[in-house]
Amino acid sequence: MKLTTKLLAATAMVSASAASAVELEVTHWWTSGGEAAAVSEFAAAWNATGNTWVDGAIAGSGGTARPIIISRILGGDPMGATQLNHGRQAEELIEAGLMLDLTDVAEAGNWADIVNPSSLLEGCTLDGKIYCVPVNIHSFQWMWLSHQAFADAGLDVPTNWDEFTASADALEAAGKVPLAMGQQGWQQNGAFGVMAVAIAGQDAWLAVNADKNADVAAGPEYAKVFEAAVAARAMAANTNVQDWNQATNMVITGEAGAQIMGDWAQGEFSVAGSVAGTDYTCLPGLGVNEILDTGGDAFYFPVNDDPEITAAQKELAALLISPEVQVSFNLAKGSLPVRGDIDMSTANDCMQKGLEILAAGNVLPSGDQNLSADTTTQIEDLMAEFWSGDMSAADAQTRYAALIASAD
Amino acid sequence: MSVVEDRSLQGAAGAKRPIRLFRNPMAKIASIPMILTAMVVFVGGTLWTVVHSFSGSKLLPRLNWVGFDQYERLWETPRWLISISNLALYGICSLILTLTIGFVLAALLDRKIRGEGVFRTIFLYPFALSFVVTGIAWQWILNPDFGLQNLVREWGWESFVFNPLNDPDTVMFGLLIAGIWQGSGLIMCIMLAGLRGIDEDIWKAARVDGIGTVKTYIRIVIPMMRPVFITSLVLIASGIIKLYDLVVAQTNGGPGISSEVPAKYVIEYMFRAQNLGQGFAASTMMLVSVVIILIPWAYLEFGKGMRIMHFLGMIALVLLTLAGFVAVVVAWSFSLSLLLPLVGFLICAGALTAYLRFVKGHIQHG
Repeated sequence: MKLTTKLLAATAMVSASAASAVELEVTHWWTSGGEAAAVSEFAAAWNATGNTWVDGAIAGSGGTARPIIISRILGGDPMGATQLNHGRQAEELIEAGLMLDLTDVAEAGNWADIVNPSSLLEGCTLDGKIYCVPVNIHSFQWMWLSHQAFADAGLDVPTNWDEFTASADALEAAGKVPLAMGQQGWQQNGAFGVMAVAIAGQDAWLAVNADKNADVAAGPEYAKVFEAAVAARAMAANTNVQDWNQATNMVITGEAGAQIMGDWAQGEFSVAGSVAGTDYTCLPGLGVNEILDTGGDAFYFPVNDDPEITAAQKELAALLISPEVQVSFNLAKGSLPVRGDIDMSTANDCMQKGLEILAAGNVLPSGDQNLSADTTTQIEDLMAEFWSGDMSAADAQTRYAALIASAD
Repeated sequence: MSVVEDRSLQGAAGAKRPIRLFRNPMAKIASIPMILTAMVVFVGGTLWTVVHSFSGSKLLPRLNWVGFDQYERLWETPRWLISISNLALYGICSLILTLTIGFVLAALLDRKIRGEGVFRTIFLYPFALSFVVTGIAWQWILNPDFGLQNLVREWGWESFVFNPLNDPDTVMFGLLIAGIWQGSGLIMCIMLAGLRGIDEDIWKAARVDGIGTVKTYIRIVIPMMRPVFITSLVLIASGIIKLYDLVVAQTNGGPGISSEVPAKYVIEYMFRAQNLGQGFAASTMMLVSVVIILIPWAYLEFGKGMRIMHFLGMIALVLLTLAGFVAVVVAWSFSLSLLLPLVGFLICAGALTAYLRFVKGHIQHG
């Protein structure tokens, strides 16, 4: 009987849309193993509706893909749909009228009630209209600890940042790198942001990132963060890797004690066959302040002249946020779903921790939603200089405060 | 009779008003497309860039004027200042070392050694590699864990340290090694051609006068090779200014921001930071600095016997070269198609060569 219902449902879906089978090209930069598996969940769901998913994967990170995507939209060759991080990246494209208004789809699907946290939808909203559909939540506030490294040094696995810093010397004595840190500005800036939320606290973080309050950035709370960053810099001094996944690999092999990295690192652990709780531990908010930011990916739909394509775009938008697709996609991706009303019981330990924090509402808007790409790039440049040199905490703080003061 | 009259009429008209503009009409008609391309694409593009550098353009170009704000911010940005000083260091070292190494190699090959063809090929081969391949190959060679340092340590010199790319103070020299390795072969070939152009009688005369080989090279041959040196200089200098892909492939600006270069700043602020105005300001500064360096040189080189029109032409030439570079970068970033900018660049290069010949021809005749 179950099979019959499924078949019926499938036929119903096919017949509903067979009249308008449309090819939609979807661009994204999900090319690693786990990411590609997650995209194929989207593609399968879309193809099941009788339409065709034309995959436009762009290799390289968002930094490589975004200019390509934007130049195609500006150049009058828009794709059917495209991944972007929600936030301010697409702001000017929306203002220039290049993105499809999805407000009617959102109202029909009652997005305002189902999307949790609601800041995700706010990231898609400009002047009361909704322009993108959020598909997942990624947060940076995680520290990954290697059980092996701490066992080799004869220590218990720390449960918070202070215990971790106290164990750094013992780790170093055991020939480990206490903190693995890839030598790239975005990783260093991300880790700094995580320390800011944990050490300076939520209010100070919001004052700096959302309100651009330079006085707080120059104040005593942030001074503590910069002191901690100087200590972390010393702990990470012997990391000789560039990419984040190489740094994660140091934690997996027990070569390094810990890494501060977003929840996408989880994909690396599962590919390596590590189990949360026995091989590695995750500490959201460094174990101090269990708050997650809610960055993530969203899909935008560039404006198209063809009404048939516009209809298909709206259909796809509704599909991406539907409960079944959200579950299958996020389990493959290792990210958290954008709606709180679905069953994620098959998720692992770390994802469950994340879900609990989300359910409790301890969330922050992500850096992408607060600061423009310009300011973010300037801060990343500063962080790259700070982490690889011997800049003092006070100097770094002065320059950081100046950047916040001039942020737009 | 009528024919004779016609001729005399023409002659009279010609004598009255020799309009130089209409001499060689076919050649001038043929060059109209290139002149239009140069005026619209390159000069137009340069002006557009300079104008927009005074705007607050972010992701999209807009004309919301902000005065000199972009420039003020630019010169307060540590990364830009580091980029400039890196380029100066790389430029000076690269200019001196490439010229020296290129000339010494050419002089050694010129001593009629056995297997000259083999050595010439070996030295020139690196030039056939792109900067990206060069950068990655040297990144591996200079990697302390499995490159040169490891090799020497395995030979038994355990304390040997050679790790330029991971130290902010030495990273530019790591780039320099790769750049010189790639570029000196071409300079060697040009120098060798120049040396072969020196008449054998000069050498004989020098020998009769009892002048040593080294002294002959320095006092007689090098001064005679002045045009060859100028060509080499232009090639090396253009390579220095557009230094970008080598850095991206080899260090990506790291460690930290210690090996950043201006061209990389321009690209990243235009596209990654979505701040076109800042990128335009930086590229305008690149243009200005090159013009400041090249105009006195152009004046010295072509100044004697050069009329004001040719001087202006030289300035246009410099602007064109830079505009060509900016246009190529922008076209590449926007269109993804390498063909269009490549063709543009070839046309531009061809036009520059033709123009240089034209100017030189005028100087020699006038």
